[in-house]
This record gives sequence, structure tokens and C-alpha cells, in this order.
Amino acid sequence: MSDQILMKGNEAVGEAAIIAGCRHYFAYPITPQNEIPAYMAKRLPEVGGTFLQAESELAAINMVFGASAAGARAMTSSSSPGISLKQEGISYIAGAELPCVIVDMMRGGPGLGNIAGSQSDYFQATRGGGNGDYRVLVIAPASVQELADMTVKAFDLADHYSIPVMILGDGFLGQMSEPFTLPEPSGKTFDKPWALTGAKGRKPNIIASMRLTPEDLLEKHNLELQKTYQEIEANEVMYESYLLDDAEYVIVAYGTSARISRSAIGELRKEGIKVGLFRPLTLWPYPYKELKAVSDRAKKVLTVEMSLGQMVEDVRLAVQNDSKVDFYGRTGGMLPVSEEIIRKVRSYGG
Amino acid sequence: MEAKAADFKYVYDRPKSLVDVPTHYCPGCGHGIVHKILAEVIDELGIRDDTIVVAPVGCSVLLYNYIDVDGCEAAHGRAPAVATGLKRVHKDKVVISYQGDGDLLAIGTGEAIHAANRGENFTTIFMNNAIYGMTGGQMAPTTMENQVTKTTPYGRDTADVGFPIRGCELVNTLEAPVFIERCAVYDVKHVLKTKRAIKKGLQNQIEGKGYSFIEVLSMCPTNWGISPVKSAEWVKEVMEPYYKLGNFRDL
Repeated sequence: MSDQILMKGNEAVGEAAIIAGCRHYFAYPITPQNEIPAYMAKRLPEVGGTFLQAESELAAINMVFGASAAGARAMTSSSSPGISLKQEGISYIAGAELPCVIVDMMRGGPGLGNIAGSQSDYFQATRGGGNGDYRVLVIAPASVQELADMTVKAFDLADHYSIPVMILGDGFLGQMSEPFTLPEPSGKTFDKPWALTGAKGRKPNIIASMRLTPEDLLEKHNLELQKTYQEIEANEVMYESYLLDDAEYVIVAYGTSARISRSAIGELRKEGIKVGLFRPLTLWPYPYKELKAVSDRAKKVLTVEMSLGQMVEDVRLAVQNDSKVDFYGRTGGMLPVSEEIIRKVRSYGG
Repeated sequence: MEAKAADFKYVYDRPKSLVDVPTHYCPGCGHGIVHKILAEVIDELGIRDDTIVVAPVGCSVLLYNYIDVDGCEAAHGRAPAVATGLKRVHKDKVVISYQGDGDLLAIGTGEAIHAANRGENFTTIFMNNAIYGMTGGQMAPTTMENQVTKTTPYGRDTADVGFPIRGCELVNTLEAPVFIERCAVYDVKHVLKTKRAIKKGLQNQIEGKGYSFIEVLSMCPTNWGISPVKSAEWVKEVMEPYYKLGNFRDL
């Protein structure tokens, strides 16, 4: 077993990106993810990469657009208000079918909000804040180890499907230090015959999202994108089950909320209450089928979020029985409280 | 007497890097002239295989259909950021950011100024025709005082919406750029001068010197509502006194 090291979640994302072969990173400072640009500013020059502090989030995501169009693995990171600014670029990247990795360490909103961790941008991440019929593959890690592992995987997924992939964490995950094992590079390589490299010996490559002509109908293009999305839905769903085999009550939570839920489950199990955790690791594609199967066997499904009810909409879509679905959330950068989760689950027993 | 092909000699041909298709540009528009100049310069410098053009939002968004090189679209105003990303990956390629006045001096001022300020080693061709063409003739940041547009129906009132912005002078306040020149394309003499400036801008990039900025005063007869001939005169008589032609920097 490899040696464990201690790093903040934000730094682990940076090192994992370098392990994945990312040599081009562009970002604008925003709390609580500032350790990522600081780490990249120090590390990328050591490995012959490019770190560039952009003049804005708009510029950063469009630099990613350019670097990705050039065929390179490129990443940007930000937090909620900054991700709002990147939405234009994300839509263009999706439209142009370019791969990239975007890290969002969510903080409290709306507006400037605060700098504490939050999960109130689930809608923004999974529904897309940019214009048009597009999807972003969203991965929600719950530990520093998972942040690192999933960052490596995110680059492969982005290149395989030629789409933007988002690592959706929160300020707590980004700021916490945990021992973890550095991930190995996947070793996968991807041909990018579409990349802009100068048209030597070939016809020019064009990277564009505008489609005006009858031969290149936007509807046709969007339907092709949809096929890719269906393939992702069929193959890339990730989730974790914890003590669900005999569970009468199911808690559904991701990221930091899932960690808190897990400790509540430990307490409840001591009382003999059969409760388990369903933790989606991909938020899009969402594990609808898997959650449906689990919830069919359960009496109650409690969604725990650091928001006032966003993922719970996907839980309802999965469970298809609203009377079974309950919700507990904290907002504005506050954490769900284990005791409150315990109290709720106890109450289901009558 | 009947002329034979052998009696003629080729003195002029379409540049190889200019794709042989009709453009979508209106009669009298300056984009076609500058596209042709760009294609000629690409041919003369022998860089067709190494060039990447970034097309802006605006009338010239289809630039990549007309120049036979790799092309990249950019969101409105973001061409300098996209060009930065491209150039930072391909340091040995020639990257050109082709932008209009709304793109460069309104929605994308931040990107334009900061790419110039970093001294990014690419070349900007800035087309200033004092109006938004593609959206149908609204006020541009470079619209002249009292100029009537769709959104200044009583003429541009500088007390209300400020004065036209001078791109070259703005860029000239920065330390990093190596070449800044304002040109025009209203007559042959100025077309040739524009060609020299664009060639210099690309040569600077090939030599790794840094950022070059070439502003071209251009015509938009359709949205100005005057003929192509009158449009050429308007550039000379109305725009040129405010936007002085000439070289601002050549390091």
C-alpha cells in the first residue's frame, strides 16, 4: 500500500489534476477554493505546465476553452458566484463538444452569500446555468481521497465523452485536511483528431458551437449530444450504499452531508433502528434506478442537504412516491446536525 | 485577332489561403478586404499550416469559413481569452484574434486589455466600423458623436452615453504590447498600409516578440444607410479625424 500523505482537499485536487496529466490551469481567486490556484501556481511550473491567473472567471473558462480546443487537458476551479460567471463558457464548451474539468467548491448563496461550505448550487451544477440543451457530468466526492481519485477519473471521462466534467465539492471538503493516498495515473490516452494544431497536411479543423446551415442543423447536433448523454446515463452512474441490505429507512445525501448522515446512522444503528445511507457519487447522471430499488424496500426516505431542498427533487423523481420522501436541510453555510437527523429518523418509527 | 491563353501571364491570383466561396458580407463591407489581406499575408509568410484564427461574435463569426486554416469560435468578447488558451498550449503556432468593436471594446474590454497587458504572443486584428453590424446597427463603443444608430436614434449623445473609445490609445497605455497601429481600408493606398501592419503583427509573433494590435477603420454601408462609396468617404471624413491613423508603437 502506498504511503498516505496529509493535504487539504483543495490541494489534493490540484495534485491529482497534475497526476492526470493536466498542464493547463486557469482560474480567478475566490474563497473557499484559493488553495487550488495557490497549489497550481507553485506546482505547474515544476512540471512544465502553465498556471495563469485570469482577469475574471469569464476569461478563465474561455482560456480553458482555448487550451482544450488546442487538444490539451485543461482545468479551472472556482466557488459558487464564480461558477455563475463561468456558465456562459461552460455552455459554449458543451456546444463545441470540448472536454474540460471544472471544480466547484460550493459556498453559501445567493449573491455574495458567505464563504462557508454549502450545497445550494446542486441545481446550477446538474441543471446547467448556461443556455441550451446540454449536460455536465457532475461528480460529488465526500472525502479528500475521493476528491483526488475522482479528479483523475474526471479527466478521463471528459476526454472519453468530450464533455465538461464538474467536481462538485464544498468549502468544508476543500478546506479539510485528511490523510490520503495519491492516486495513480489511469494510463489512458485519447486521440483528439479534432484539435486545433495547425492544418498541416489536412483540411482545417473548426471548433464552434454555432450551427446555422441546413447541412449542419442545430437540432441534429443536439440530438447527437443527447445520444452521448444517454450513453453516460447508461454507463457512468456512481453511488455508494451503506448498511442498506436490511434498511427500513434510507438517508440520501452526498458530499459533506453524507459524512454527517453516516455518523447519525452509526448512532441510530446502536438503537437497533434499521437505517442506511444511499450516497450518489454522480449527481448527473443521477442513480434513479438504483435509488428506486432501495426505496421500494424502505418505509421512509430522508434527504439531507446543505440547501433548502434541491437534490430532493431528484430523490422524488427516483422514489416516485412523495409520501415516502422527507427532507432535512440547512442553508447559508450551516451544517446539518447529526442529532436532528437522529430525531427525524426516530420519529418515523412512530 | 483572337487572344490565346498563352498570350497572357498571371499577374494576380486569389490567395491560396482564401477559400474560394462567396462570403456573406454586404457590398462595401471592410471585412472581405481584411480577410483577403490576411490570407495574402499568411501565404507570403508561409504559415498556412501553423495558423489558428479565433473568430468573434459579430459579422465576422464565419471568418473560419473563408480562411483555409484551423479556426476557433469564441463567445462574445472572449476571443483574447480563447486565443490565450490556444497560444499557451501551442507556443509555436500563429494565433490571430479577429474582433469587432463591440466585441473588443464593450463586452470584451477586460479580456482585450488583459491579454494585451500580459503581452500574450498573439496578434489582434481589431475591426472598428463604429456600429454593431450583425445585430442590425446598434451603437458601438466606437460610434461617433451624434451618429445615428438603432439605439441612438437622436444621435450619440456624449453627455448621456459617453464618448467613442479609442482602442489604440488605450492599448498604448500598457507596457507589454510591442506593436500598435491604426489603419484604414477606404482606398488602395491604405489597404496596402493595412497589409504591411498585419504582416508586421504576424512577423512579431513568429519572432516571439509579443503582443501586436492592429486597428482597422472599416465600412458598414448597410447599417450606416449610405452607399459603399459614401461609406469610404465617411471613414475618411468623419472617423479618421477622431481615430488618427498611424503607428503608435513598433518595438
